[in-house]
Amino acid sequence: MTGSGQPSAVSRQQEMLTPELQAVLIRKLTALADDEIILAHRDGEWTGHAPILEEDIALANIAQDELGHATLYLDLRRALDGSDSDRLAFFRDAGEFTNVRLVELPKGDWAFTMLRQFLFDAYEALWLDAARGSTYAPLAEVAAKAVREERFHLQHTALWVERLALGTEESRRRTQNALNELWPHVAQLFDPVLGEAELVAAGIVPDLGEVRVRWEGFVVPHLTGKCGLLLPMTLAEVAEGRDVHTEHLAPLLAEMQGVARQHANAEVW
Amino acid sequence: MERSAISRQLSADDVWAALAHVPDPEIPVVSVTDMGMVRDVAVDGGRVTVTFTPTFSGCPALHVIRESIGEAVRALGVPDVEVRSTLTPPWTTDWIQPDARERLRQYGIAPPAPAGDTPLITLDPEPTRCPRCGSLNVRMTASFGPTLCKRLYVCESCKEPFEGFKSV
Repeated sequence: MTGSGQPSAVSRQQEMLTPELQAVLIRKLTALADDEIILAHRDGEWTGHAPILEEDIALANIAQDELGHATLYLDLRRALDGSDSDRLAFFRDAGEFTNVRLVELPKGDWAFTMLRQFLFDAYEALWLDAARGSTYAPLAEVAAKAVREERFHLQHTALWVERLALGTEESRRRTQNALNELWPHVAQLFDPVLGEAELVAAGIVPDLGEVRVRWEGFVVPHLTGKCGLLLPMTLAEVAEGRDVHTEHLAPLLAEMQGVARQHANAEVW
Repeated sequence: MERSAISRQLSADDVWAALAHVPDPEIPVVSVTDMGMVRDVAVDGGRVTVTFTPTFSGCPALHVIRESIGEAVRALGVPDVEVRSTLTPPWTTDWIQPDARERLRQYGIAPPAPAGDTPLITLDPEPTRCPRCGSLNVRMTASFGPTLCKRLYVCESCKEPFEGFKSV
């Protein structure tokens, strides 16, 4: 995961950050990247197994985009602390990953996969849309770039959710089950990292409460109005933070990191 | 490259001309300049800096593009080449040159619709015209194609399947 931004512009911006803000920004960028990396891995698990060839390709495309976004975030982090993106992705254990639990749940059936991706895509698209106004120029640039790509994910997964919800009795049952299972995990997407309020106050990242209002205004009418699904309950609040994971993350990392850890000094992949 | 050409002061236009022959690795009928990927060329004596912008951030061809740009400039006899990337302003398909759009169409890829005023958060796909018969009576068969920048369609008029460029 290497790239090259424009270090001079980044370092000028860095000087505007206090050490405290910088530490919180690093935490936030890592959380954003971790969500993308883990979700991309779950999407990638369908490669060779998706219901039809076109969907195999679509999910591989989406996973590739999400990894591209993770790279953008980790490049921003590297500019702040010199960290190595590949080491962060492949040499941290479950306890060090800060992804939300929503993205680490096993891939489930097709309805579960499409619905999870839809819920996440809408959150990501709206967060990025708001982050285009960041006072931290390198983040505003990344957001302006990534939001243009996220639109295609949203179009794809929104249509799939609709198709499945209004399809057959069986597809509707599976989609409703997926919603029942996923809905309680959604609130964590809008749970700030430690110290995030300082970043919001400085205009560096969007206020998650505002993003959540827009998200609900977008997602709920689609699920209930257009797709005729029933919302299980109001969004549950988050009991635990991003350092607490389900039992599903460790096996995922064992698979994802296997090759990198076995050949830690490999230079050509 | 003749020695006289090297001793002549290299201009930014010379570099642009060379880059116009660097093909997009995934769509070889268009070049990196046709696609609007090259944003800036700076010549400072024997040192050339090329700034390019990635089309899609997850595009696996980025390192190939970067290397091809470097090679094309070195082939002009420039010893010191820096290829840097920028995300600002973000790449848009509106930067694809008109003649390149026509080459895309002839190659069988529907060129992108104008992206300028498309809302960033929308569930509606852009209108697409069949590159063979020009009909708008087309159906998207896959919203993701063999590369990040394309989708798959079939034309209901001439019955041909085709690829279409996403409007970004």
